Amino acid sequence: MSLLLQLLLSFAVLSLVAIGGANAVLPEMHRQVVELHGWLDDATFSQLYALAQAAPGPNILVASVMGWRIAGGPGMAVATFGMLAPAAALAWGMAGLVHRLRGAPWLKPAQAGLVPVAIGLILAAGITMAQAAHSHGVLMLLIVAASALFVWRTDRSPLWVLAGGGILGALLL
Amino acid sequence: MPAAPATPETRIPGRIELFFGYLKIGLLGFGGVAAWARHVLVEERRWLTEREYAEILGLGQVLPGPNVGNAAVMIGRRFHGLQGALLATAGIYAAPLCILIGLCLLYDRYGQLPQVAPAMEGIAAAAAGMVIGTAFKMTGRLKLEPEALLVLALATLGAAVLRLPLPLIVLVLAPVSIACALRRARQAGEAPSGARTR
Repeated sequence: MSLLLQLLLSFAVLSLVAIGGANAVLPEMHRQVVELHGWLDDATFSQLYALAQAAPGPNILVASVMGWRIAGGPGMAVATFGMLAPAAALAWGMAGLVHRLRGAPWLKPAQAGLVPVAIGLILAAGITMAQAAHSHGVLMLLIVAASALFVWRTDRSPLWVLAGGGILGALLL
Repeated sequence: MPAAPATPETRIPGRIELFFGYLKIGLLGFGGVAAWARHVLVEERRWLTEREYAEILGLGQVLPGPNVGNAAVMIGRRFHGLQGALLATAGIYAAPLCILIGLCLLYDRYGQLPQVAPAMEGIAAAAAGMVIGTAFKMTGRLKLEPEALLVLALATLGAAVLRLPLPLIVLVLAPVSIACALRRARQAGEAPSGARTR
């Protein structure tokens, strides 16, 4: 089986088990890419993960970076497609299902039940990011708190706090 | 979902708008894409209400894949069918992919990334605050029931403190939370939405 096909299959399988996004599937990704296929060594795997974090957007794109390292441009294309397409197809199907069931009296409450889980996981992501920021000093926690208050209590663009955080970091760190 | 009645304060985006809205979300979504998506879709462009966005994100959360990516497919489909789903998906991934290709080229050339500047640490801290503030804001606006707040707290505890695997958290809490919401809806009689009606 060609390398590209193997890449496609590996990441397509990862895509279908990635409930919760990239961080949820990272251990399995490590197993596939490092232990099972030996495409990358441990150190490179960690470095590429850090590299993917440096870009904006959904961090599932860590798959793209791995694909690049393993098989260049075509590897990136194949890994990205493999990681995105199956999950996107499922989301498409789910949207259709919800549309078809829209009159059902239990649908709205069922959807409402998922809301607190989603918000709780957003809050958890923020706390995890704040813990990482804290490792760079107490000042960082003040920036976290000020930014949280700003976004919570005002409707202004969060760009203001991101810019402010960047300036404070450059001046004070 | 497409038939959800458009509340007066929301409006339907055109195809081009949909793409550029998601392009912005992808470009600015350092660390907290869900927070940026909410800002652009709910506050800035008013394509969705707070509740609609939260419900779509909730669905996106229980499906495999990134919750905002799944939400982009569903929101795109809702407004413009297959074209919309493709446009929103292309929009959210286009900028990050271009930046990643640039970073990969740098990495190939120098073997490592340049040291992250202190400014980036400050931005990362502000992004953490943005994500936390967004969670508070959504919670406040949605007027969650006590049991929903408990589920929210448990999800946060499980993921941020106990570091449990996310699939486990979702697979345990989602059914419990759905059961609570259904029970609340049944008690409320004809009321269609348990969390909204009091």
